[in-house]
Amino acid sequence: MASYPSQYRYTKEHEWISAEDGRGTVGITDYAQQQLGDVVYVEMPKTGAELKSAQAFGTVESVKAVSEIFSPVSGKVEEVNPDLTAAPELINQDPHGRGWLVKVQLANPAELDSLMSAAEYEQFIAAQRLD
Amino acid sequence: MTAPAAHLQQTALNSVHRRMGARMVPFGGWDMPVEYSGIIPEHLAVRRAAGLFDVSHMGELDIRGPQALDLVQWVCCNDANRLAIGQAQYSGLMTEQGTFVDDLLVHKLANDHYWLVVNAANTDADFAHIQAHNRFDAQVTNASARYAQLALQGPRALEILQPLTAMPLAAIQYYWFAHGQVLGVDAVIARTGYTGEDGFELYFAPQHAERLWTALLAAGEAAGLIACGLGARNTLRLEAGMALYGHEIDAATMPWEANLGWICKMTKPGFLGQDRLAAAKANPPARRLVGFEMAEPGIARDGYPILSAGDGSPDAAAIGRVTSGSPAPFLGKNIGMAYVPPAAAQPGTQLKIGIRQRAAAAVVTPLPFYRRGKGGGTDNAPAGAHAGGNAAAPPA
Repeated sequence: MASYPSQYRYTKEHEWISAEDGRGTVGITDYAQQQLGDVVYVEMPKTGAELKSAQAFGTVESVKAVSEIFSPVSGKVEEVNPDLTAAPELINQDPHGRGWLVKVQLANPAELDSLMSAAEYEQFIAAQRLD
Repeated sequence: MTAPAAHLQQTALNSVHRRMGARMVPFGGWDMPVEYSGIIPEHLAVRRAAGLFDVSHMGELDIRGPQALDLVQWVCCNDANRLAIGQAQYSGLMTEQGTFVDDLLVHKLANDHYWLVVNAANTDADFAHIQAHNRFDAQVTNASARYAQLALQGPRALEILQPLTAMPLAAIQYYWFAHGQVLGVDAVIARTGYTGEDGFELYFAPQHAERLWTALLAAGEAAGLIACGLGARNTLRLEAGMALYGHEIDAATMPWEANLGWICKMTKPGFLGQDRLAAAKANPPARRLVGFEMAEPGIARDGYPILSAGDGSPDAAAIGRVTSGSPAPFLGKNIGMAYVPPAAAQPGTQLKIGIRQRAAAAVVTPLPFYRRGKGGGTDNAPAGAHAGGNAAAPPA
C-alpha cells in the first residue's frame, strides 16, 4: 500500500494537493484509486480554467464507475498532466506521483489550512473502511 | 477488512471472496465480488482462456406436477413445449401487459419437472408472480437456498472441467445440461452462460462450494483460469449484446422493443400478456434497442440521454436513453446499448449522447458487438444474433 506523503494536504473527497510558493499539484489518493479500480479515462479542464475550492472540475473513470474530482483549492489551471490521455493507468500505478492531474496557481493559499494532514486523512479513511 | 452489511445476503463463498481480496459490493440484495484482479484482466481472461464466477446469488425456482409444463407455458413467452429433457431455453416471465417480470433460463428436467434460473433481485417477486398465476396442477418451490452456482466461462472451460468429471462434456451441446458429478459432488452441468463464450454453469449443494471453487481454480491455473467478479460479467455480456434486467428490459419493455421477439412465440397456446402483445404488434414499436459505439472520447453510462440523431446540442431534449454503457475491454472501444426512436435505429446512424455538459458523437452498431469464432462444434449466437430465430436456444 502506498503511504500518504506528509507534506501533502488531503480532502474528504480523496484528492491530494502538494503546494509550494503559491502553486499546487493536485491528484487523487491511493485510497481513491483503489476504490475506483482500473482507470480508463480522464476528463480534465483546459489550461487557464478557473477552479473553485470544493467544486467538481473533472472526472476520472474506471470500467465500472465515474468519479467526479473536486478541487482542494481555488485557482487557475496552469498545466494538465499530458501523460494521462495515453496512459490513464498512471493514476493506479503512481497516484501520488506520476498520476497527478493538474497544476494550479493558488488564488488563496490560506485554503490549504482547512485541508487534512496525512495523519488526519489516514484516520479519516480508516473510519470509512469501518462504515 | 469491512464486514458485509447485515441486510445483505451472502453466498457460501463470501468468506472465500473476502480472503482472496475481492472488492465486494451490494448487488441485488447480495454481498458480491465485483472484481478480484481487475475488471479488464478478468474480462480478457474469459475471452482468451477462462474465468470462474460465483453466481450463487441467482435464484432457482422448481416447478413440478402433471401440469408443470402448462404453468411454465402460461407465465413464460418462449415455447417450453419445444424442449427435450436435458435442454435449456432463454425465456421471459411476463406480466399481464406483455412486459417483463424477469428474464430467465427454463430447464426441462422431466416431463413433470421444470427448473427456472432467475435474476437474484427478482427471485422473490418471480416466485410470488408464478404462484399468483398458478391455476394448474403444479407445485412451485423457491429452491434457491439449495444451490450454489459457479460459472466457468471461456474457450478453455471444457478442457479445465473435463478432468474433474466423468461426464463427457463435449457431448453436452450448447444450451443443454446433464446431471453428473464434479469431484464426487452431484451437480447439474449446463452448457450455458452470460459471457458470449463457451462454458459451463454448475449447480450443486452450497456446502461443497468452497471445495469446488478452490479445486477448479487450481485445475485451471496453468490454462489461465482466474477468479472473476460481477464487473467483468457485466462487460462480457454487454460485448455479447445480451440484455440485463433493470437495464435493457423491465416491466415497461415489450419483447420486440428489446430485439427479443425471437423468445416471444405468439402462435403458441395462450400466455400472460399474449393478447396485449398481439394488439400492440399491429403498431410499430415507438422505440428500439440498439447498440452504439462512441465516435469521440467519452464513456456513455447507463441513463445518459440520447440527444438526437445527427446534430445535437447538450441542451437538446432526450430522444432516448442509454441502458448500459461501458468501455469494452476486449474490443478496445467504448460501447453501449440504448433505446432510440425507430428512425434512428439503423446501423450507421449518427447519434449524439449527453455526457455531462457535452454532446458526444456515437454511431449505431449492429448487435452483438462481439461474437466468438466457430470452434469446438458449437457456435455462439448471443442475443442480437438470432432475432427471428425460433430454436429453443441460440441456434447452433
